Amino acid sequence: MEKSAVFKGKLLPYLLLVPQLVITLVFFYWPASQAVWQSFLREDAFGLNSEFIGLENYQALLAQPEYYKAMATTVVFSSLVAALSLSIALLFATQADKNLKAAPTFKVMMIWPYAVAPAVAGVLWLFIFHPSLGTMARPLRMMGFNWNPMLNGNHAMALVVMAAVWKQIAYNFLFFLAGLQAIPRSVLEAGAIDGAGPYRRFWTITFPLLSPTTFFLLVVNVVYVFFDTFGIIDAVTGGGPAGATTTMVYKVYADGRLGGDLGGSAAQSVILMVIVIALTAIQFRYVERKVQY
Amino acid sequence: MVEHRRWNDILAYAILTFGVFIVVFPVYVALIASTHDAATVVNGNMPMLPGSHTLENYYRAIFIGGSRASREPVGHMLMNSFVMAMGIALGKIVISILSAYAVVYFRFPFRQTAFWIIFVTLMLPVEVRIYPTYKVIADLKMLDTYAGLILPLIASATGTLLFRQFFMTIPDELLEASRIDGAGPFRFFKDTLLPLSVTTMAALFVIQFIYGWNQYLWPLLITTQESMQTIVTGIKKMLTTTDELAEWQLAMATAILAMVPPVAVVVFMQRLFVRGLVETEK
Repeated sequence: MEKSAVFKGKLLPYLLLVPQLVITLVFFYWPASQAVWQSFLREDAFGLNSEFIGLENYQALLAQPEYYKAMATTVVFSSLVAALSLSIALLFATQADKNLKAAPTFKVMMIWPYAVAPAVAGVLWLFIFHPSLGTMARPLRMMGFNWNPMLNGNHAMALVVMAAVWKQIAYNFLFFLAGLQAIPRSVLEAGAIDGAGPYRRFWTITFPLLSPTTFFLLVVNVVYVFFDTFGIIDAVTGGGPAGATTTMVYKVYADGRLGGDLGGSAAQSVILMVIVIALTAIQFRYVERKVQY
Repeated sequence: MVEHRRWNDILAYAILTFGVFIVVFPVYVALIASTHDAATVVNGNMPMLPGSHTLENYYRAIFIGGSRASREPVGHMLMNSFVMAMGIALGKIVISILSAYAVVYFRFPFRQTAFWIIFVTLMLPVEVRIYPTYKVIADLKMLDTYAGLILPLIASATGTLLFRQFFMTIPDELLEASRIDGAGPFRFFKDTLLPLSVTTMAALFVIQFIYGWNQYLWPLLITTQESMQTIVTGIKKMLTTTDELAEWQLAMATAILAMVPPVAVVVFMQRLFVRGLVETEK
């Protein structure tokens, strides 16, 4: 789509673009290309010497069992968070879509966690489920369940999943509700006249009509889990115990900072970039972006 | 509604109330913890009703900081977070409304190239290029500065796309009319486009303020001085003290303080928030 009426200007449009282009080039393209370049270098810990080593960083990375573990962790973490937060949000959204008097109040009450920082959400859940002082730890132990996310990898994973789902429900709820409200009532009425009950109407009419929203949210959620949950993981588990909650993004951070392996960290960054670009391409290619509010 | 059944409404209320309970519970517990003294919180059997140390805890957190390892007072962290969030939100609005204006209302060589250069940044969050960006900031001597906290995070395309989309919906007749009135690009921008864009700017502001306030990894990396710490990174540091006795009641008071500004923005500017959220995703 193009405007037919435009200004003629020789210099002005470039001046208008300068601030954004400068910031983008300096803080985006330059570092991104550095990441690619660094992934082919071996650098000593002080950054004094570097040597071109081709694909060795990638080979070393792909020979690391920890890297595959981080991949597996990321897959498990993303699937759990996406599946749980989407289905819980859909359940709440379908209820809020009914003509209830208190629906607006419920809506506000459901969406505000969007504004809570992931790291803060992590700290809140850590406090509730802290093995020694957490409010929920004692009841869990009384039920004979030896709860300890500091030592048990599965417990740690459960805890970060809970915090991540808790935060993401708000976003999914909002978009599902918007999607539900965009479905024409007449279609549902037609279904009702044909004798379909609420349950059948949901699965045969509402859910299929909602699929663009669902697919859009699926991609958004995966991206969320990849990147935004860094704060949750760092605040709750620090990637532990024994790497049980180290996702790919967390490993980029940990290897570069704690391990000082900048080349390996850069190689991981490049792999992540490829994954994100693929995800974004999928989103653009297949998602009908007609989410209405 | 297609049909109205009483049990259906009751079920909806029950499910939604349960949902609100889940959503509110962690914050309620944090709120309660921030009103008790350290001993009550640590013993693992904290009451579920407010205690009597509210003022003391919040006073200590805001003005003194989490004792021991000379932590920064939270009041100061709040200020840092505020400057960062405002800087990111306003900075993004300014640079993106200008670039969108250029891309939509002018024809010039490399227009498409400029648009694509900006557009590509949509795909890569700061997390994947974290160390090279850190190095750029270090080379520019911007570690521990507000500029270092703000600038890398406004390098993204969301704002430009949002304004571009909005400008496209503005009828061409408006431009022609102001041309007849003798307005140049500057007057048209100031007198016609800006007033029309107020809602879009406000919606973008709300989203970007929350985004900026909640940043974690970036401030964690580039702030080494305690005086530059933001509140979101500060909480974690309160809990990773070397001695075992992290002061959870202060950390929870800080968590509450960290939530109040962005949550208030969502609750009180709900319409703008929803609009911003939906439109930045399109």
